This record gives sequence, structure tokens and C-alpha cells, in this order.
Amino acid sequence: MGKVEVPALQGVSRIIKEGEMLAIMGPSGSGKSTLMNIIGCLDVPTSGRYSLAGEEVGRLGDDRLAEIRNRKIGFVFQTYNLLHRLTALGNVELPLLYGNGHNGRRRALEALERVGLGHRAHHRPAELSGGEQQRVGIARALVKNPSILLADEPTGNLDSRSSYEIIAILQRLNQKEGLTVIIVTHEADIDEQVREPRQATSVGAAKEQGR
Amino acid sequence: MSPLTVLRTALLSLGANKLRSSLTLLGIVIGVAAVISLMSIGRGVQRTITASIQALGTNLLFVRPGAASQGGVFGGLGSASTLTLDDAYALVDTVYVPSVSAVAPELRATGQVVAGGKNTRTQIIGVTPEYQFVRNVPVASGQFITWGHIENTSQVVVLGSRVSSTLFGFRDPVGQSVRINGRLFTIIGVLKSMGGGAQGLFDDQVLVPITTTYYRLASQRTSQGGVTVQTVNVQVRSADDMDNAVQEIATALRLRHRITGDDDFNVSSQEETIETLEKTTNTLVVFLGAIASISLLVGGIGIMNIMLVSVTERTREIGIRKAMGAKRRDILLQFISEATLLSLGGGGAGVLLGLVLSRLMNGRSLGGQTFQTAFSSDIAVLALVVSAVIGLFFGIYPAFRAARLHPIEALRYE
Repeated sequence: MGKVEVPALQGVSRIIKEGEMLAIMGPSGSGKSTLMNIIGCLDVPTSGRYSLAGEEVGRLGDDRLAEIRNRKIGFVFQTYNLLHRLTALGNVELPLLYGNGHNGRRRALEALERVGLGHRAHHRPAELSGGEQQRVGIARALVKNPSILLADEPTGNLDSRSSYEIIAILQRLNQKEGLTVIIVTHEADIDEQVREPRQATSVGAAKEQGR
Repeated sequence: MSPLTVLRTALLSLGANKLRSSLTLLGIVIGVAAVISLMSIGRGVQRTITASIQALGTNLLFVRPGAASQGGVFGGLGSASTLTLDDAYALVDTVYVPSVSAVAPELRATGQVVAGGKNTRTQIIGVTPEYQFVRNVPVASGQFITWGHIENTSQVVVLGSRVSSTLFGFRDPVGQSVRINGRLFTIIGVLKSMGGGAQGLFDDQVLVPITTTYYRLASQRTSQGGVTVQTVNVQVRSADDMDNAVQEIATALRLRHRITGDDDFNVSSQEETIETLEKTTNTLVVFLGAIASISLLVGGIGIMNIMLVSVTERTREIGIRKAMGAKRRDILLQFISEATLLSLGGGGAGVLLGLVLSRLMNGRSLGGQTFQTAFSSDIAVLALVVSAVIGLFFGIYPAFRAARLHPIEALRYE
């Protein structure tokens, strides 16, 4: 890692409305992950602004960022990022540990049921299929009722059938519950899938002109 | 995070690597057990010594030549530089020293005791008849030294039990002769065996009339004539009179020695001896503890080592937790609690092991001496506190490294 500055996301400007569902696309190296990290409050922009629900995130300290991640952001990762020691339920409970979560177990179970995995609550990740693991990941992202669900290549490790299921779940969450969903992907067909049902409304893909 | 959650998370993480956790734990267990058992041994020794001195009787004072502040026997010019037999018996005076009931002066020399083909080098104590009851040395066979022996400077000897068995085996030596530093002595008695402790020293010594030691065996004589003594054992009427007795003895001796300045003698009590010894043995206890602490330190380093490995291995987990909203403090707490749990668990098990070990060693014979250990709860509490502190100390750096990780880099870590 040199100290050479690489400008990323130059000139990218987008307002994402509540209840929107959109896909961020672009070839690898285009800055998708950087954008994702900034939206997810894992990182702050060196220059430029990012405000979430009216709050300027760029100026916040580590602890405040952690709080926002805990309360407002739900992450879904390409590699699921579940803790192998914990059961599905334990994994979903994880965000509830950091914050004042009451009825942790009940809320975690509810979240699992929302993705249709209530019956798998006591299985460990190793005992679940890839699609199921990703659904646990989604349940974990949902458990704190976040403002944004942020999915980074959520189907990257899945076969086409599971991929379809996952996207369907995300779509349902967006349409039925009004959850803001942002998907980062390089698979064009997901873009199509996302675009299709709400074509006429605000759904769109932010094609980046990174670099 | 609630304390319960922290504890559960820590237990879960440690449980995931059972072998590794238990080996790390073992390091602390051994360290704490070593501290506990060695310190109980030290305390046991301390107790044995104190008890054996107390067995001599508490209403005993010792008068010795030389000022308390200086080591040498050379007092001021013109004053008596040593205590004499006359000084000793001047202390049995109902008018000037009413608190004293008896005195038993002694003068020591070393010498070779030879009987037939066998010989042994021992301490020869010149004593008077009172010595028998003032210092409580019962005779097993024969008789003790009498005033007649003192007056005639008789060459008679009472043997300590081990001296007797060394020279004569199981035979009763009373009536036989031995040579001490070339002079012929008749054996008139043998002391009872005293076993371990301070009284046991008599087993290895021989007693002769004090005048005989002075004129026949000792090399130095006083310039003023009269028999010199090294120690006057003073028996005080009762334990309550101890302070009075010290004052009376000092006044009487100052008068006899015409002292206006510094005293040329000092009076010490059994209590002082015990205190001094306790101070010395405390050093021993602390020293033993310090040696054992080294292994505790090594155990602590083991914890740090394993925690560092654990942080590296679980970089991704740390990233996930941070993405889920864990603050630095949460991660710090998680790793510190794991380290502390390891060291406290090890500490608890170590205390138990140490307790068992010191119980097992208690009463065992070691080199002819019965071994005594004294386990005390203050050592246990100390060991627990120390192990908790070690966990904190050695856990803090790895935990800090974990807490400092950037969530993105941690998530990307393979």
C-alpha cells in the first residue's frame, strides 16, 4: 500500500429516497466498494459529502459511526460473513448485542421468520446451504429495523436459483415493507430483475463514472 | 453490552478452542499453584520456628555483653568489657532485682569430642546447675552438673543425645570417659532427645561445668579475673514482670559496672527473638513467593501470546462485529474479558491445586525434619487478585490491537 492518492467516486452525486430500491453497477475497480463503504458508514469520504437522514456522516467519529451502522444500516455480504461458532439465531442476535436491545431472542426469531428460516434457527452456518446462509445474513441485517439494507454482491457466491430467491426476498422487503434497498452488483441480470417490477417509479441504477 | 452478554461471548470464544484455552489456563494454574504451595511452605517454616522458640518458655530474658547498638564486646575504656559469673549471680537478689527468679549463665566453646575410635565436633556449653530447669533440658540417664563440679572445676560432661549415639551407639555411656580437646572428661549424664525445633539443638551439644569451660577449654580470659560468661539466661517470675525485670537487670548491671554512658550489655527477650526471626522468615516467604511468581509471569506471557494469535485469527469476526455496530469499547471489552477469564479461571484452579499440594506436603518427613505447611486464605486471595491483574495486563495490548482494527480492512482479511 503506497501513499499514492487514488481518486475514486469523483463527480458521483445521487440522492437516494426512502423506500427506493436500486442497484449500483460497474466493472471491478470502478469504486463500487468505496461507495458502498461510505453509504454503509464503514468509511468516510476524504472530501465531498454524504448525509444520511439529514445527518452529515463525514464529520462523525468512530463511535458515532458504529452507532449509525448498528441502528440504521443492515449489511448483507457476498461471503455471508456469519460467525461459525454461533447458530443462525446467535448470528441474527449479534447486532442486538451492541445497543440497547430488549427481547433479543424474540426479535431475532422474528427476523429469521421474515426470511423463511424460522425452522433453521438452531443450525450452525456449516449446516446450512449457501442460499440459507445468505438468508440468515439478511435476517441479521433486518433485525434492528434499519433505514437502509445494503447488499454487497449478495448473490455472488450463489447458484442462479438461490440468487433469484435472495433477490426476490429483497424485492419483497422493499415493496411490502418500504425498506430502502441498495444492491451492489456486476451481474447485469440482477439489474434487470431489480429494474423490472418498479420500472416506472424511482428505481434506477447509478452508473458510476469513477476515476 | 451487558456484563452477562460479555461473559457469555467470552466463554463461547474460549470454548471454541478448548485445547488451546486449557493449555493457556494450565500456565496460570501452575504459576498460581507454585506461588500458593511455596508460600505455604514458607509460612509453615515460619510457624515451626516460632512455635519451637515459644516452647522454650516465654518468661525468659537473655543478658549478653556488648551494647545493643554495637557488635563488639569492647565497651568504653575502663569499664568491664564482658559479663562475669559474679554479674550473673548478682541478678539473683530479692532487693535489687525482685522480678528475677533464677539465672543460668553459659559460656560456649567448640571442641572435638573423642571416644575410642570415634569423634565428633560439637558445641561445648559451660553451664551451672540452674541451667537444667531454666532452659528445660531433662536428663535421660545419669545426673546433671552440680555445684560441687563447678567449685572443683571438675572434668565431667553431660552429652546431648545425638552426640551420645554418635560416639557410643545404643550403649549407656554414663561412667565412661571421653576426650574433649585432648582433656579427659568423665561422662555423668545424657540428655533426653528433644527432636526438632530450637530445643533440638541440645541433641548435638555437650554440657560441662562453666568453670571448666573457662579454665580448661576457652581461650580468652577477662582482664579483671573471675569467670566470663557469654549469655545469662534469666528466668523471670512471671510473664507480667518482663518489663520490670529488664529495668531491674539494667539498673543492677549499670551499678556493678559503674556505667554512666552507653551500656556494655544488652537485655533481650524471647519475644524480640521471635520478632526478629519472623522478620527474617518473612523475607524467606516473600522470596519463595517471588520465585514462584516468575512462573506466573510466564503464564501471563502465554495468555498474551494466545490472545495475539486469537486477534489475528478472528480479524474477520472483529470486522463483522464492527460492521454490526460494535464500538471500540465493545471489542476491547470482549478480548479483555477473555484474557481475564483465562487468568482468573487458571487462578481459581491454581488456588485449589496449591491447597491440595500444601495439604499433601504437610506432615511429610523431609531430611529428618517434619515438614509443616500453612495454607492461609490471604495467600489465596492475593494469588487470585494477582492472576486477575495479570490477565488484565497481558490482555490489554492484544485487545487494544483488536479494537483499533479498521472495519473495512478487518472485513477484507482472509
